[in-house]
Amino acid sequence: MTQATALDGPDMMLTPSRLRLSLRYVRRNKSLAIGLGILFFLIAFTAIGFMVIDPKHAYPLSAATKKPPSWQYPLGTDFFGRNLFAAMVVGMWQTAFIGLVAGGIGTIVGVILGFTSAYFGGWTDTIIKSVCQILTPIPVLLIQVVVAGSLDKRDVTIVSMALIIVMLGWMGTTLVVRAQVLTMKERQFVSVAKLSGVSSLGIIFKEIMPNLLPFIAAAFVVQVFSSVFASFYLAVLGLGPLREPLLGNIIWSAQSQGAFFNGWWWWPIEPSVAMILILGSLALINMGLDELANPRVRRSE
Amino acid sequence: MTLRLIFRRILFLLLVIWSASTIVFFIPRMSDTNPIRERFAELARTGGFSPADLEKIIASYTEQFGLDAPLMSQYWDYLGNIATLDFGVSLNKYPTTVLQVITQAIPWTLTLLLVTTILSFIIGNLLGALSAWPRAPRWVRTVATPFVLLTGVPPVIMGVLLLFFIGFRLKLLPLGGAYSIGIVPDWSSVSFWLDLLKHQVLPALSLILGSVGGWVLSMRGMGVTIQGEDYVNFAEHKGLTGGRIFRDYYLRNTLLPQVTGLALALGTVVTSAIVVEGLFGLPGIGTALNNAIRANDFPVIYGIVLFITAAVATLMVAMEFVYPLLDPRIREQ
Repeated sequence: MTQATALDGPDMMLTPSRLRLSLRYVRRNKSLAIGLGILFFLIAFTAIGFMVIDPKHAYPLSAATKKPPSWQYPLGTDFFGRNLFAAMVVGMWQTAFIGLVAGGIGTIVGVILGFTSAYFGGWTDTIIKSVCQILTPIPVLLIQVVVAGSLDKRDVTIVSMALIIVMLGWMGTTLVVRAQVLTMKERQFVSVAKLSGVSSLGIIFKEIMPNLLPFIAAAFVVQVFSSVFASFYLAVLGLGPLREPLLGNIIWSAQSQGAFFNGWWWWPIEPSVAMILILGSLALINMGLDELANPRVRRSE
Repeated sequence: MTLRLIFRRILFLLLVIWSASTIVFFIPRMSDTNPIRERFAELARTGGFSPADLEKIIASYTEQFGLDAPLMSQYWDYLGNIATLDFGVSLNKYPTTVLQVITQAIPWTLTLLLVTTILSFIIGNLLGALSAWPRAPRWVRTVATPFVLLTGVPPVIMGVLLLFFIGFRLKLLPLGGAYSIGIVPDWSSVSFWLDLLKHQVLPALSLILGSVGGWVLSMRGMGVTIQGEDYVNFAEHKGLTGGRIFRDYYLRNTLLPQVTGLALALGTVVTSAIVVEGLFGLPGIGTALNNAIRANDFPVIYGIVLFITAAVATLMVAMEFVYPLLDPRIREQ
């Protein structure tokens, strides 16, 4: 027994590479593993899809209309003559684009504001905090409805949609980062760094930032999740770029043409399933990252 | 709860409503599209009057609504109008005011919201508390699991799936609308009420199914924590019955955080209900908003947004005044 452990000990210390260790961690953290698995599947679907399809077929009048799934059209076609397989591939990519752009900008703005607010305190903190608190009770989707509704219909594009969403979508990250920096600011290692004369930029980037990274990663995933969700809701309300095969747009157009009444069931179902997979994978990754960020909050099982 | 605190919360509420109104006022005016031109250009395209009259119509509308006045004086008028719940006139159904559109739609939305929110709150919290409770029967966990798996599925998608499986495949329930097409609403007949109810089941389920899981999860987490507390141990040794401990120790102590959670979720709950109403074509706020968006009826869009925002913010603040009733510790402070 003792011999075995003695042999295992140094062995364990030598072998595990970073990749190996992270793989081992992912195996323990089940929600992270499943979430990443679904995400890889979706990325593969989109990537392989783009090699197989012609993106032009995702737009109206490019295929036969109202065909149920078959060998020629694996996911069927809709009332407007879109090949829904092509539409799914392009729509998935556009959803990812909106999520990444709006999520990325929202996270950057939130981190900068949260940092400034917590680190410098004083009236900057008062202003940023009050603005966040006043904006938080406002149902953001409704304000986005106003913004998207006042744009000329031709001006609504995938990019402008991402910008509309991020306009009122940075408060959550700001408050999370602010709270974390406030607690970190008081920790001993920061006081030591301050006493030994490290500049405030040095403290921000060398002392606080590295400890904050898991929280920022989790905030980014939340930000992507809510951006995808918001763009989906706007599109379902008919405020998206109507020509684009965004997943919410497909549901909106299916519903306005009475897809279920007419028996074209595949038309609204496919974007719904895709959306469940996207949101589900993001939610699972977020849960996994939460566990990574606070190992003490392991699940109670 | 001191008078000063109440005053501060009301001031906060006014700030929230003021910011929302200011955003709703200035954003449309920053874009260079003219809502009235947009609306009537569309009407002109579909016929009805000659395009030559377009400019005249736009000019008379602009004058009637005072849209040629300086921006700041428009803004002050607008704030005054909002304070008196005057959101203007619908462009689409002309003499109808926006407030009339809202008051016609709101009973539907309110009923749907109240029923679904209360049901999912009660079901979720009971299931969550029971599944954390060691003496609960095994089936509770089995029942709770599917709800937990559905957590976070957007209600609209739940609606599409329910429409597919229950409405389309099994043909058990209708595919949309508030009552069967061709029926004249007769509020005194039982068969009309049954028909109405049948049409409300799927929208209600799509709102309930996805939200129960969230309550189960948060309640279960708290229940597990409470189990380890000394006062629960003490109560058990004192020989209190299981039901008493469950009700007065588990539920009582988790009430406040869960009600707070409800207040925080309010915005999402309301927006989800609006989108689901649009999906099922129920005659509530959601459909009114949908129609307004389709018809470029801007006063109605802005009015609905402002009204709902103000209502949600007011409810959130009002719920804070309920906390001292739920928790004596807050009352003492």
